[in-house]
Amino acid sequence: MVNEAGAGHLGSELSCVDLLVALYFGELRVDPTDPMAPGRDRFVLSKGHAAGALYVTLAEAGFLEPDEVSTFMRAGSRLSGHPDRKAVPGVETNTGPLGHGLPVAVGMAKAARLRGEDWRTYVLTGDGELQEGSNWEAGMAAAQFRLDNLTLLIDHNRFQQGAPVAETNDLAPLADKWRAFGWHVVDIDGHDFDSIHAGLDVARATSDRPTCLMAHTNKAEGVSFMRDRVAWHHRVPTEEEYVRARADLTEGPS
Amino acid sequence: MSPATQRALHDCRGAFAETLVELAEANPDVVAVCNDSVGSSKLEGFKERWPERLVNVGIAEQNLVGVAAGLANGGLLPFVCAAACFLTARALEQIKTDVAYSDTNVKLCGISSGMAYGELGATHHSTEDFGWTRVIPNLTVIAPADREETRQAVRAAAAHRGPVYLRLSRMGVPDIMPDGYRFAIGRAVRLHEGRDVSIIANGTLTHRALDAAELLAREGIQARVINMATVKPLDEDAIVAAARDTGAIVTLEEHQVHGGLGSAVAEVVVSHEPVPMTILGVPGIFAPTGSASWLLDRFGMSAQGIAASARELVHRKRTKVAP
Repeated sequence: MVNEAGAGHLGSELSCVDLLVALYFGELRVDPTDPMAPGRDRFVLSKGHAAGALYVTLAEAGFLEPDEVSTFMRAGSRLSGHPDRKAVPGVETNTGPLGHGLPVAVGMAKAARLRGEDWRTYVLTGDGELQEGSNWEAGMAAAQFRLDNLTLLIDHNRFQQGAPVAETNDLAPLADKWRAFGWHVVDIDGHDFDSIHAGLDVARATSDRPTCLMAHTNKAEGVSFMRDRVAWHHRVPTEEEYVRARADLTEGPS
Repeated sequence: MSPATQRALHDCRGAFAETLVELAEANPDVVAVCNDSVGSSKLEGFKERWPERLVNVGIAEQNLVGVAAGLANGGLLPFVCAAACFLTARALEQIKTDVAYSDTNVKLCGISSGMAYGELGATHHSTEDFGWTRVIPNLTVIAPADREETRQAVRAAAAHRGPVYLRLSRMGVPDIMPDGYRFAIGRAVRLHEGRDVSIIANGTLTHRALDAAELLAREGIQARVINMATVKPLDEDAIVAAARDTGAIVTLEEHQVHGGLGSAVAEVVVSHEPVPMTILGVPGIFAPTGSASWLLDRFGMSAQGIAASARELVHRKRTKVAP
């Protein structure tokens, strides 16, 4: 898809796609035949630059026709480089600028609480994204409002666009920060489905405070020559690299 | 002494808050969202009635607007109540992305807009917000001129499906709308008839425009006064008719002269019916400290100042050499 488009954020997509799969095939109560059902669970992809991973997941879940993903970022396609809720069923809010998803998710969770409804809200952020201050405004509010119907998943792949997070504006100790903000923090392996689902189970069972699942992930997971290399945040593979990457993903690294 | 000073002046925040309470009584989905701005938005009554429906996020405007978008996604009808200067400037990207582009049913209420906080200095003046908001697609922008128009604008915003920015003041204004006045989004209204010059204003300036029209009438200049509460979508027909019928337009706004109501009117005038215009407002500077009233006078928007600009424009129109 990224090769067809000639653009995208492959590294960021491969680090979070396992989380998306776990959410859409085992956690979220959403219905592709009624994507706006009032009682649906809400999922917010705050790291909107991973839109490609969301589109393939939505297609697999029945929200989009599988063929349509090959129009990704083409002129006139509704599958823009960042998701647009008016155009794409299953998208809840438009993201792209970082630090927008968690505040909106806090509002969603608060709405469910005010209306006395039992649907849950999930939001997936990157880790570099947490350098945006709006996340911490929202983090405080979520704890203040005791939003135990809110789950934050952090795709903690340790890299941002230009460099490792630690060398840019280090977030460590990240789990301690969320704990200090009043959140229940659970470390999970973001590439292990049992671990992801165990974390989601804990979040659902937690009362009186929101849960943060610290998903330890690898940038460009699954492709040996891309993994944890900062260049692959938004590099487009050559034809030869594409063939090697596909082989890695389908057969495992050689 | 201008005629307005003889009339009782009213802070429209009262009308705003009363109407919000009425809406909340009728619709359990109405919620108020604020940033430690309960008092300045006159939300004490709302808070007393429905403490759980007043969502106070503290001093955090980005979160304020994001949370409102999420509340709307969850089926509620949020009215964000915050000082206009912080709401629009601090949270502009949230207004663009979470509210306008995401098309969430959020009502943004910018309180104490313009130079209502005149004495607090330029940090607290909101004289860029017409420009910032009106260029964002899918965002309706309204600045009501008195208590009755405020009440109706709040109801219209609630009834409108989609994002709205309501620009409110705290500066006292007289009741000026005629009996039976009906506000509609996107429709301007003539409050004084004339064929020599048009004065287009909204918000705190409309009553000053009416006072100026009275002064002009005494010297034989008949001014059409148009209250243009909706800055977007603009009532283009009213503007084109004003240009065609009167041949000269003065605009007034408690806003920078760049990018606001005057600019919006000029965009229509140059495209459809070019006539001489004078755009009055804050002349591209950070305004000095002073009351809003003193500042408006200083920037040529006393009744006398407006009349002088209109008079000069009529003179220009009449002495213009035909091509």
